[in-house]
Amino acid sequence: MISLRQLTIRYADAVAPTLRDVTLEIDEGELVVVVGRTGSGKSTLLGALNGHVPHFTGGTVHGSVVVAGRDTATHRPRDLADIVGVVGQDPLAGFVTDTVEEELAYGMEQLALPPATMRKRVEETLDLLGIADLRAAPLRDLSGGQQQRVAIGAVLTTHPRLLVLDEPTSALDPTGAEEVLATITRLVHDLGVTVVIAEHRLERVLQYADHVLDVVDGQVRSGSPAEIMRTSRIAPPVVELGRWAGWSPLPVSIRDARRAAAPLRTALSHTSASKVYVTSSTVDPAGGDLNPASRGYGQGPAAPGLTAHRVRVDYGRVRAVADVSVAFAAGRITALMGRNGSGKSSLLWALQGSGPRTGGTVRLPDGSDPRDLKPAERRRRVVLVPQNASDLLYLESVAAECHCADADSGHATGHTAALLETFAPGIPPERHPRDLSAGQQLALVLAVQLSAAPDVLLLDEPTRGLDYPAKAALTTTLRALAAQGHPVVVSTHDVEFVADCADEVVVLAEGELIAQGPSAEVVAASPAFAPQLAKVLAPHPILTLAQLQQALPQGDSR
Amino acid sequence: MIRHLHPAAWWLWALALAATAGLTTNPVLLAAIIGVLVAVVLARRDGSPWGRAFRLYAVLGAVIVVTRLVLHVLVGLKFGTITILPLPSFHLPSWAAGIELLGTVRLEGALGAALEGVRLGTMILAIGAANALASPKRLLKVFPAALHEIGAALVVAVTVAPHLAESVVRVRRARLLRGDDAKRLKAFRALAMPVLQDTLDRSLALAAAMDGRGYGRRKASPRGRVTPALTLLGLLGACVGIYGVLDTTTPRLLGLPVLVAGLVACVGGLWSAGRSVPRTNYRREPWSGPEWLTVASGFVALAATFIVLQHDPASLGMPLLPLRAPEAPVVALLGVAVAAAPAVLTPVPPLASTRPVAREAAS
Repeated sequence: MISLRQLTIRYADAVAPTLRDVTLEIDEGELVVVVGRTGSGKSTLLGALNGHVPHFTGGTVHGSVVVAGRDTATHRPRDLADIVGVVGQDPLAGFVTDTVEEELAYGMEQLALPPATMRKRVEETLDLLGIADLRAAPLRDLSGGQQQRVAIGAVLTTHPRLLVLDEPTSALDPTGAEEVLATITRLVHDLGVTVVIAEHRLERVLQYADHVLDVVDGQVRSGSPAEIMRTSRIAPPVVELGRWAGWSPLPVSIRDARRAAAPLRTALSHTSASKVYVTSSTVDPAGGDLNPASRGYGQGPAAPGLTAHRVRVDYGRVRAVADVSVAFAAGRITALMGRNGSGKSSLLWALQGSGPRTGGTVRLPDGSDPRDLKPAERRRRVVLVPQNASDLLYLESVAAECHCADADSGHATGHTAALLETFAPGIPPERHPRDLSAGQQLALVLAVQLSAAPDVLLLDEPTRGLDYPAKAALTTTLRALAAQGHPVVVSTHDVEFVADCADEVVVLAEGELIAQGPSAEVVAASPAFAPQLAKVLAPHPILTLAQLQQALPQGDSR
Repeated sequence: MIRHLHPAAWWLWALALAATAGLTTNPVLLAAIIGVLVAVVLARRDGSPWGRAFRLYAVLGAVIVVTRLVLHVLVGLKFGTITILPLPSFHLPSWAAGIELLGTVRLEGALGAALEGVRLGTMILAIGAANALASPKRLLKVFPAALHEIGAALVVAVTVAPHLAESVVRVRRARLLRGDDAKRLKAFRALAMPVLQDTLDRSLALAAAMDGRGYGRRKASPRGRVTPALTLLGLLGACVGIYGVLDTTTPRLLGLPVLVAGLVACVGGLWSAGRSVPRTNYRREPWSGPEWLTVASGFVALAATFIVLQHDPASLGMPLLPLRAPEAPVVALLGVAVAAAPAVLTPVPPLASTRPVAREAAS
C-alpha cells in the first residue's frame, strides 16, 4: 500500500534533514500509529504520504514515496485525492464549504463523480458516522467532536484507500475522542481502509494499532506495539506500568494489563487495608514533601485563594456559565473538566475578570474583585494563560518578549528569562516565538505571565498538543507554583494529566457545576474520566504509577 | 416548495437594483429601493452567517452617508439660502489648491450631499442583499473551472475573512490578559502580528486542504494545443479589436468584428481549458421559473427608471434650487415595486439551523 524507499527530506533553510533514510512498507488494511516527540518529524512523515511534502511545503526529497502504485514525485496532492484522505488537527481550518452535506460532497465534486453516486455516498457516510440529523447544519455551529467526524466523513466519501490523520483528537473531550477513534477503528475493520494516525495521547489509540512507527530525530523505527513500546521514550501509563512490573509481553490495552495485574491487585488488598491513599501531587518528584498533612490536605479547608459566588455568564440567549459557586484553595491545583462547550473557558475568563460576567461575584483573598481592577493591576493579581497561548506573543524574538515582560511588570532585565529557563531550559533567546514547539511556546507564555508574580494562576487547556515529557514538565512547574501557595486552576480534557497533577477536580456540564472533590474520587467515579491505571487496578483507588510505587514500595508483586 | 434560488439570479436582481439606485437622487425612489431590498432580504435569507451579515452592510451604508455629510461640511460647496449651521470659513492658500474649509452650512447643499450619500449607500446595500441572499461560496461554484487557481484564491479569501474578524476579537482579549491596554502604535503591532500570522496560517491550511481533496485536478488533455491557440488568438483579436474601435482612422472591419471574434475565441479557450478540469455538482443549482422571475423583476425596475430618465429626467432628481418637495415618478416607483415580487414569489430557502449558536468564539 505504502512504500517508502530511503526517504530523506530536508527543508530549505534547515540545518539537518527532518527525515533521514526512512525505508518501510505498510500493508493494506493496517492501522498504523505514529509516535514521536513534538518536532521529531512526525508531521513531515504524514505529509509526505499524500505529496503535501514537498509539493506544498517545499524542501528537497531524496528517495521515493509510492502510495498505491503512484509516486508522489510525479503526483501532486490533488492527483492523489482519490486514494489518500487527509484529516488535520483543526477540522474547522480545512472546511471549504458551509454546511455538513456540502462538505461531504466537496471531494466527490472535485473528482467529477456522477451526481447519483454522490447522493448515495453522502447518505451512507451520514449514517456511518451517525450525523444524519446534522446534514443541513452550519459547520461552525457543530461541537468539536462533530466537526472532526464531519472532517473524516468528508474524506471518506471519495472512498480513499489510505486515511492519514494528524492528531485528530487533540482538541476533543474524552467522549468526543472516543467517538472519533471508534469511527476510525470501525473503518479499518469494516471497510479495510489503511489508516496512519499520529497521536500524542497514546493511551487512546495504542490498543487498536497493528503497527507503531517511532520517529526519533528524523529516523523511523517500525514494529509491533509491544515491541516498540518496550523502549520508546513516549509511552502511555499502562505501558509504564507494564515496564515497571516487568510484564512480558508488554500490555498495550487495559484488558491485557488488567489480566496481568491480578497479582498486583491481590498484593494491594493485603497492604492497603489500613492505608490511606493520598493524591498524587503529594508525591513530590523532587523527593521532598511526601506528607499529605503538610500540604494542607486532610487537614480541613485550606485558605481560600479565589472565591466565586453564583457566577453567571450569558452570551445573548445562551447561558454559558450558570450560577457556579466554587472556592479555589491556596496551594492546590484544581482541574476544571467537562465536555467541549460546557463553559470551562467562559468560567476561567470570568474568574480572571477580563471576560464577560453577567452575574455573581469573584473575590480575591483581600476582598477585591478582579473585574474592578485595571488590566495591568489585574494581571499582577490573577493571570490567565488562554487556549491559544501564542495570541500573547507578538515580538520578533524570545529575548524581546522576556524583556518586554520585565518592563511591564517592573522587574530587572533577566527576571522573565530566568523563569523561562526553569520551565523550559535551553530555548535560544534569538529564536522567533512562532518557531517554538507547542510546549516551548506555553513555557514562554507562562514565564511572561508569571513575571508579575500573581496570586492566582488560571490555565485554559494548556496540555493541548503537548507530548508526555512536555506534560511532565508542565506538571512539575505547576506543582512548584502551588507549593509556593498560589491557587492554580487548569481546564483540561486530559484525564491522565489530571490524575498526575490535580488535587481537586471540578466538573462542569452545560455551564453548571455537577461534581467537585478530590481528584481520586471524582476521576475514578466515571469510566469516561478514569485514568488507565485506575481502570487496571480498580477497585483500588490508585491513579498513577507514582502512587502505586508508594503503596508497594518493595515491588512485592513483581 | 423549499429550495435555494440560483445565486446568479439574486446577484443579477441585486445588481439591477443597484444600477437603478445609481440613476436617481430622488429620496422617494431611493427609499422605495431600500424598502424593497430590506423586505426581500428579511423574507428570503437563510440562517447562514452570510445572511446575518446584512446588518453590517446597512451600517456601512449609514457610515457612507455620514462621511459624505462630514466631507460636505469640511470642503463641500455650500450653496442655497437656508442657513442651518453658521460656521467660520478658512481659505487655504493657493498652493493648497485654494480650497475653502468649513463655512456656513446651508440646507440645500447639505441635502444634496446627503442624498448623494444615500444613493451610494443604497448601492452598497444592494450588494449586501446579494451577499445575504446567495452565499458567495455558492456563487463561486459556478466559477469557470479553467480559472481554478483564481477560484482557490477567492474561496480562501471568502472563507478566511470572517475568521479575521474573529481572531481580532480573540487577540484583543488576550492582550488584556497581558495587562496591556495600550493604545497607538504598540497596540496595533501587538494586534496585527498575531492576527496576520493566524490568518496566513489558516489560509495556507485551507489551500492545502483544498489541494488534498482534489481541487483543480486535471485529466490528461487530448486538446493539448487547442486551448493555448484559442486563448492566444482570442487575446490578440481582442487587443486589435479594441485598438480598431478606439482609433477612428483604422478600417471599420478591424474594429468591432475583430473584437467580437477575439472575445468569442477567448471564451472558447476558457471553455476548452475548463474541459480538462472535470468537476460535477452535488446539488445542481436549477434555473427555472422563479429565477427568471427574479431577474426579470430586477430589470423591470431598471427599465422603468431608465424610461423615466429618457422622458422626464428632472423627476429623478431632488429639486434643490429652489427647494421643493420631490416628485413621485410613478412609472419608476411601480417598476421598483415589481422588484419586491421575489419576496413572495420565490421558493423559501431551507432553514440552515434550528439550534442556538452556542459557540463561545462567536461572541
